[in-house]
Amino acid sequence: MLDVSGMHVSYGQSEVLHGLGFNVDRGEIIAIMGRNGMGKTTLMKALMGIVPTREGKVDIDGTDITQMKSFQRVKQGIAYVPQGRMIFSTMTVQENIETGLFVRGTPSIPPDIYELFPVLSEMKARRGGNLSGGQQQQLAIARALATGPKVLLLDEPTEGIQPSIIRDLARTLRHIRDERGLSIVVSEQVLSFALDIADRVFVIENGRLVHEDNRADIDEAKIAGFLAV
Amino acid sequence: MFSDYSLGDLGSILAMQGFAGLILFSVFVLMALGLAIIFGQMGVINMAHGEFMILGAYVTYLCSELFTNYLPALYNGYFPVAIVAAFCASGALGLLVEWVLIRHLYRRPLDTLLATWGLSLILQQVYRSIFGAREVGVELPDWMLGSTHLTDTIEVPINGIIVMCITTAITVAVYLLIFRSGWGKRVRAVMSNRTMAGAVGIDTERVDRMTFGIGCGIAGIAGSAFTMVGSTSPTAGQLYIVDTFLVVVFGGAQSLLGTIASAFTISQAQSTLEFFTSGSNAKVLTLLTVVAILMVRPQGLFTVKVRR
Repeated sequence: MLDVSGMHVSYGQSEVLHGLGFNVDRGEIIAIMGRNGMGKTTLMKALMGIVPTREGKVDIDGTDITQMKSFQRVKQGIAYVPQGRMIFSTMTVQENIETGLFVRGTPSIPPDIYELFPVLSEMKARRGGNLSGGQQQQLAIARALATGPKVLLLDEPTEGIQPSIIRDLARTLRHIRDERGLSIVVSEQVLSFALDIADRVFVIENGRLVHEDNRADIDEAKIAGFLAV
Repeated sequence: MFSDYSLGDLGSILAMQGFAGLILFSVFVLMALGLAIIFGQMGVINMAHGEFMILGAYVTYLCSELFTNYLPALYNGYFPVAIVAAFCASGALGLLVEWVLIRHLYRRPLDTLLATWGLSLILQQVYRSIFGAREVGVELPDWMLGSTHLTDTIEVPINGIIVMCITTAITVAVYLLIFRSGWGKRVRAVMSNRTMAGAVGIDTERVDRMTFGIGCGIAGIAGSAFTMVGSTSPTAGQLYIVDTFLVVVFGGAQSLLGTIASAFTISQAQSTLEFFTSGSNAKVLTLLTVVAILMVRPQGLFTVKVRR
């Protein structure tokens, strides 16, 4: 579904990602683990076209999107839930979700989105900025799903969210995957969350993928070692 | 300064100056709407906004000439045609300017300031070369002339009423466009977070261009309305741009209601004070008041309350 090969990304002269490569199958959830400053967010931004890819190739469903702008990538089926949620704070909850609909040309919000996040349905008319952190996270995911993606990117979705809601989030993500068959790439520092949802776990260190484990034979201690400071 | 007038006179003066202020208010609102949309959307301070307004005024003048010479029978109906033409002309120039100039300068606010200021000088010279340095005025058809007497001492000009109707209609249209249309939703998303708007599939560059075009088009309509209350010259736009900035900053750049409220306050204060003191004194007093208020409320009159 998503194929990344030899991806080099740099900010000005300083290269941050040194030739990353991985692929995500249809309906697969992968987690990219790593400490702060190892390139997780940069990878997400580069996949989304917010930071340019200097070298390498990104394919989605056989379409080369390496040089596309963000909005064209969305059209090809990538959706993005950024770190810090970045919801449109002055717009209402409903309008926030509707911004995702333009790409597909659907006039109204599909009901299954509110079914996934009933709390958003109750708060339709509230301004996004007045929601709590956990609600904003749900809103950001709902907005991303409104674009009808094939691949969902989530950048540190558990950041600043209480443990019980993290468990809900894991359940929701798995549910979305099972129901829609979409692929999910999540960058994460919380090992328990990653182990809970991921089919495969990668570890990123200094801009390189240094370790890969399948769900069946995950070496928890080793990954924890990578994450320890 | 009030002692020379009787109470009744004073009432009439205030009412009539108040109405004169409303016409000024109309021009301010139309100008400020365009400026505020453009600034809110892409952080571009358009110094040439006054010249876009004057383009609208010249287009109105051309329309009136055209109708006088070729379609005298339809002269009464030239004004609506002129408004549409002014909107299209200023809007089209706006689209062109955005494409040629502004889009290369996003995220460089000082450069856009200089570039649009340069553009304003170029446009002024273009107007001077084409239309001459002398002021031109338009002939208004009969039905737009004259005034109605509300009481014995209070009379209001008909063209003033027309200007206000146009302004109200445009303001309502802009409100609907921004808060009820799909385009408005895109604009507000880009205003709120440009990067993220792109990442939910909005073509931000196209939204920018449209916004710039519409903002300039509204300035063109302001120019059309302006021909009824002032005479058009190449540099007339400059006289209004500073006041318009004042209106936008005072009102709070994010808020449509704030823009209207601040345009009202500033135009009324100026118009009423102008009668009792002099034009420059009126300006000084208004400016001082605005500065004092902005020191207490730097975010402007109205802001949207949300968590940051």
